[in-house]
Amino acid sequence: MFGAHYKLERNAIGLVLMIIGVASIGGLVEIAPLFTIDETVEEAPDMRVYTPLELAGRNIYIREGCYACHSQMIRTLRDEVERYGPYSLAVESQYDHPMLWGSKRTGPDLARLGNKYSDDWHVAHLLDPRSVVPGSVMPAYAWLARTELDTDDMSAHLSAQRAVGVPYDEDMIAEAAADAIGQARPDSDGAEGVIDRYGDDTAIRNFDGAPGKPTEMDALVAYLQILGRLTDVAHAGASENVESAESGS
Amino acid sequence: MSVGERDPHSGYMTTGHEWNGIKELNTPVPRPVWLFLIASFLISVMMWVLLPAWPLGSTFTRGALGYNERAALDERVAVAASARASWMTPLETMSYEEARADSDLLMRVKQTGQTLFGDNCAACHGVEAKGGPGYPNLVDTAWLWGGDIDAISETLRVGINTEHPDTQYAQMPSLGRDGALDKKSILRVISYVQSLSNPAIAEEAPARVAEGNALFAENCSSCHGEDAKGIQELGAPNLADKAWIYGGDRASLYQTIQYGRNGHMPAWEGRLSEAERRLLAIYLLDLAESQPQ
Repeated sequence: MFGAHYKLERNAIGLVLMIIGVASIGGLVEIAPLFTIDETVEEAPDMRVYTPLELAGRNIYIREGCYACHSQMIRTLRDEVERYGPYSLAVESQYDHPMLWGSKRTGPDLARLGNKYSDDWHVAHLLDPRSVVPGSVMPAYAWLARTELDTDDMSAHLSAQRAVGVPYDEDMIAEAAADAIGQARPDSDGAEGVIDRYGDDTAIRNFDGAPGKPTEMDALVAYLQILGRLTDVAHAGASENVESAESGS
Repeated sequence: MSVGERDPHSGYMTTGHEWNGIKELNTPVPRPVWLFLIASFLISVMMWVLLPAWPLGSTFTRGALGYNERAALDERVAVAASARASWMTPLETMSYEEARADSDLLMRVKQTGQTLFGDNCAACHGVEAKGGPGYPNLVDTAWLWGGDIDAISETLRVGINTEHPDTQYAQMPSLGRDGALDKKSILRVISYVQSLSNPAIAEEAPARVAEGNALFAENCSSCHGEDAKGIQELGAPNLADKAWIYGGDRASLYQTIQYGRNGHMPAWEGRLSEAERRLLAIYLLDLAESQPQ
């Protein structure tokens, strides 16, 4: 065996084939599990997609780099489960493109933040974190409250998400801009369409509490309030889901 | 291909390649490197056998140890929960006086309560539970929906103005904006309300306060009570004490009466267990008693 590479090095085609063979092992180890993703990821039939307003908030979350200090991934560790709630399941990020699990926590994990605090608290906290949490090191994001939400390209964002597998239908894409405004303005005509398309449990309210057109604050708070609430599957005995998924159901 | 020759200085063979007179020694890989390399391969093979490793179509090799991270976590959580159960479970039925009488229990409640409060409640009510504008002080003995252990843990369970089916619901209407009170009337009501906790105002401007009193009886007393001491079943605050949620100065009171208030306390059922909710109630009541009044 120790002398074999002398022979191999003298055979150019053989050497190239061996290099390709060895180099592809690393790739296969990473890619092969994805071939069986349908069998290994839990099922969540009750899961809904992000509404246009929530998706806009998610884009703001990405734009402002929130993921650099906040994770959205509760690990299978006792202290995390007792503090934040049930550990995160793969299926919970099935509509997250890209996923925002994060890799560092300067602030707390946000995977189950939805409905934990009031809208008012989120607005006050984003305007000036120190006003509610004196020891916080989080920067203020006050401009979100005075920046009108740009809904012109909402349909394009939904189409892009559909292209990578999120089940938005034609109606949702066509009405995206109207739905984004309607969800933040319960008294507007658009509010009803949001319920028709995204379900009765969708929160329709003035998230930033301010009159006038929806702002980026509305979108970000709407997104923060849905975190961990697109499906209840993690709360309902997650290990059972995994077992049934593994047995190929 | 030139043939390797022996290097006279080191005694090793050369590779036989030469670059501008420089030749390369063909020294063997040192033995320790081989040993560590082989050992690492053996360890990884052992791990494949012992732990979950290879994907096999719709399943995977489960490993001889049968280790499952999620099952192991469930077990650790269950062990911790049963270790706590001996003193947590009785909390579900215990009265505040019983809990306070047991000094061991009270110590545990204080320790656990501080962590639970810090993780869940401190964001709004502050680490010392003293609240802030819009977030009630929880250690001042003034309670919106009742201040005994059952009432507090119920408020924790269902919240105030939430999506919970049993939610407690309360709203301060926008009396000014909706036209029930004009601006002058609001100012008189403010004088009356302030005079309840500050009698000096009644002495300064008795006429204004009397007018305010009449307007109050007409517009406010159905929720706040004829004596303005609040009605806890309705979540209407006592206006005759010195505790204010949104501020007791004239500007804040004007804002409150003109535009109304609609506070929101999240529902914690699903995040906190019955025992944890009652533990927090005991923690707060005890914290309130230890405050300098």
